[in-house]
Amino acid sequence: MKNFMKEINVFKVDRRSFLKTSSIGATGLLLGVQFGCDSKKLFGDPNANFSPNVYLNINGTGEVSIIAHRSEMGTGIRTSLPLIVADELEADWSKVKIVQAVADKKYGDQNTDGSYSVRMFYTPLRRAGAAARMLLEQAAANEWQVDVSECKAQNHEVVHSSGKAFGFGYLAEKAALLEVPAEDAIKLKSPADFKYITKKSSICDLEDIVTGKAGFGLDTKIAGAKIAVVQRPPVAGGSVKSFNGDAAAAVPGVTNVVKLESTPFPAGFASPLGGVAVIADNTWSALKGREALTIEWDNGPHADYSTAEFEAEMMANANKKGNVRREQGEVANALKSSTNVIKADYRVPHLSHSPMETPCAVANFKDGKVEVWAPVQDPQTTRAAVAAAAGLDEENVTINVTLLGGAFGRKSKPDFVVEAVLLSRENGTPIKLLWTREDDLRHDYYHSNCAQHVEVALDKSNNISAWLHRSVLPSIFGTASPAKEASGLEISMGMIDLPYNTGSICCETQEAPTKIRVGWLRSVANINHTFAVGCTLDEVAESRGVDPPQNLLDLLGEDRQIDFPSLAAEFWNYNEEVADYPWDTGRFRNVIEQVRDQSKWGKSMPAGGGMGIAAHRSFLTYVACVVEVQVTDGKIKIPNVYYTIDCGVAVNPDRIKSQFEGGAAFASSLALKSEITVKNGVVQQSNFDDYLVARITDAPYNTEVQIVDSNEKPTGVGEPPVPPFIPALCNAIYAATGQRIRKLPIEIV
Amino acid sequence: MASFNLRINGKSETVDVDPAMPLLWVIRDFIWLTGTKFGCGISQCGACTIHMDGNPVQSCVMPVSAFEGKEITTIEGISENNDHPVQLAWIEEQVPQCGYCQSGQIMTAVALLDRNPNPSEDEIDKVMDSVLCRCGTYHRIKKAILKASKS
Repeated sequence: MKNFMKEINVFKVDRRSFLKTSSIGATGLLLGVQFGCDSKKLFGDPNANFSPNVYLNINGTGEVSIIAHRSEMGTGIRTSLPLIVADELEADWSKVKIVQAVADKKYGDQNTDGSYSVRMFYTPLRRAGAAARMLLEQAAANEWQVDVSECKAQNHEVVHSSGKAFGFGYLAEKAALLEVPAEDAIKLKSPADFKYITKKSSICDLEDIVTGKAGFGLDTKIAGAKIAVVQRPPVAGGSVKSFNGDAAAAVPGVTNVVKLESTPFPAGFASPLGGVAVIADNTWSALKGREALTIEWDNGPHADYSTAEFEAEMMANANKKGNVRREQGEVANALKSSTNVIKADYRVPHLSHSPMETPCAVANFKDGKVEVWAPVQDPQTTRAAVAAAAGLDEENVTINVTLLGGAFGRKSKPDFVVEAVLLSRENGTPIKLLWTREDDLRHDYYHSNCAQHVEVALDKSNNISAWLHRSVLPSIFGTASPAKEASGLEISMGMIDLPYNTGSICCETQEAPTKIRVGWLRSVANINHTFAVGCTLDEVAESRGVDPPQNLLDLLGEDRQIDFPSLAAEFWNYNEEVADYPWDTGRFRNVIEQVRDQSKWGKSMPAGGGMGIAAHRSFLTYVACVVEVQVTDGKIKIPNVYYTIDCGVAVNPDRIKSQFEGGAAFASSLALKSEITVKNGVVQQSNFDDYLVARITDAPYNTEVQIVDSNEKPTGVGEPPVPPFIPALCNAIYAATGQRIRKLPIEIV
Repeated sequence: MASFNLRINGKSETVDVDPAMPLLWVIRDFIWLTGTKFGCGISQCGACTIHMDGNPVQSCVMPVSAFEGKEITTIEGISENNDHPVQLAWIEEQVPQCGYCQSGQIMTAVALLDRNPNPSEDEIDKVMDSVLCRCGTYHRIKKAILKASKS
């Protein structure tokens, strides 16, 4: 990642080879951008190569087409990235057409995950737009036979200082004949001249959404398609021992009953669970047919997995000495010598992503090729998984990315697409595969449950002298290999990245096997760790007799950049070098101070009301959050939430705000409502009547988002809202009721 | 199987289906109106909300047989030029994120305002509590309904 700026390259595209695989325009100016920033490379894939990441075309009519190569799941990314190009290009946004990319390595990183789309593409896309703008200006200068310095692109035309102008459409073919500016000659706009970046703008799919025309996973119309639903093994790693599909086949409309093979656990993030599929002319028949199946299961080795016992065991282990992952100073001594030690246990259950659109896919396997339409976060991994499962070369696999009806990490795993492809091949027809809500909740890649133990010692000067944090969780990576302990990545999310001055510190983990599919859910292990850390800090404030915001500022100390890699060898900076994205306590301090003022911290609250604060840096964005609660007869209402965030340049402020408004609501579900439990390997929840999520009356009534004005590099906004909200809410409940919250979902007693 | 004459968005449609088939699957699989969404199948999330004679119903549980002689309206039928006051308010407030639940939200809001043109915030909450949004657009939904109620 270091010096990646130097690797950005804007170039003209060989039209013939490009058109083979793209629906973007064929005439005019066609540019690609190439830069060496690919998450697979960052994860050490030696085969990763430098690929162009985006394409831009201006045709003779002046229409600008921009490839959106990332997946739209509600963040507005399909709008925000093209907006960056359009701004540098001086394009009229109303003349920009956004073309969704299919899965193809030529687009570079398409894995829409980890809150890094804007972070990774901001500069390359600006350069692409700027290069095109300069070509158009040069083309106009040549036409007028004047110096290019007299020509300026503005609002879809190039204007000469004399006032005459050419439209982009007129100039496009002429610009295409010119040499692309050298890398060091590309001139970016001054931020003061931005027209779209940092300004309010509509998402490009808005009108389609409010009229019901937006195309999600199952909205693709394809002639001759059959509908499929699958009964999957109730226990992860189980398989079909025997089945009888006669009654299912007898249901009117059912046309086929097909067994799908299971892969032993851990099967990774792409393998379907197996089971028995019912294929029918329509959805209702498929569902009725599935109900009529008789299946005997081999439950495999994980039928012993029950969360009640497992989580109790994790908690017992969290109370024992573990494996040290970060250590400075003598924690044990400091704890022993202190007369003021705070001790607490924190529990988080498994959680489900449950996007409103369940996993689904349309697949058409025909003549040794397969075409897919599906809501996937990671198109290229989907393509590779489909190719591997179907025994095809990737070039015979086309993945069309539809809109995603929410995802939150679930749709980065393409198991459901592979199911649809295998069934299309088996059935010889196109297949539309539906997961019901029950399928979704019982066969997710769940957020890892977690047991934590925290001990904090205060010394005689009222400073922290020891910080002991133990976390026990089944690792995400245990879904792919027999990993037994939290990875460096997971402990870098809110545990070993503690920025406060604590005298001494020890962070420990313990083994916990992964016995169900565990995956990443919006903000991942930050959910667990920030809950424990944020609540503990509120106890520290109370013990120190200091107002909670001031407590955070006191512990943070002087503004500085923390060299975490020297403190904890496994520190993971969200795939970035610390030199490029330092851990800056000054920016952290600033959001804490700002949110304190924004929320009018300390104002008087009605009876049963309280305020709580927490702050956290995740996905390189600094977030401080104040939550107000009103607790009446054990019922929690959240009238107001205040966020101050520093995410660098705020590319699309309204979508940043909407991510934080929505993030607070999403976190409300996790804090107040949601819990997945497992008994004898079987998930006990089945639908929204027993897996509860926040409704309009549960979610915050008002969420106010203040964005720090910044020229720093842009960083993530999809996930960072979630982590600090939960401890801020818990701390507010404490302020309102005197009850400390140590377990999610919250229960008022 | 039985034949049903349905009135959907002012047009007649004839389908030959199981009388127990929920209307959701009739309109999605047979009539190809895909704006109405599946979310739960048990009337818990409201993504499938449509109007039956102007009243909001959750089409994932209501059988097609219940709709004979009734006027069915889906998201595709609430305005001719995409300019229903609720749609306009939705655009103005930039409500949607992923958009998947929004048909159900809008259909529920339209029915609410038809019945109660000036709902209080509490009345909005009470009605809109039936429609889930995982992206968390609730706050803007409420603002958009209040805005539409004033137009």
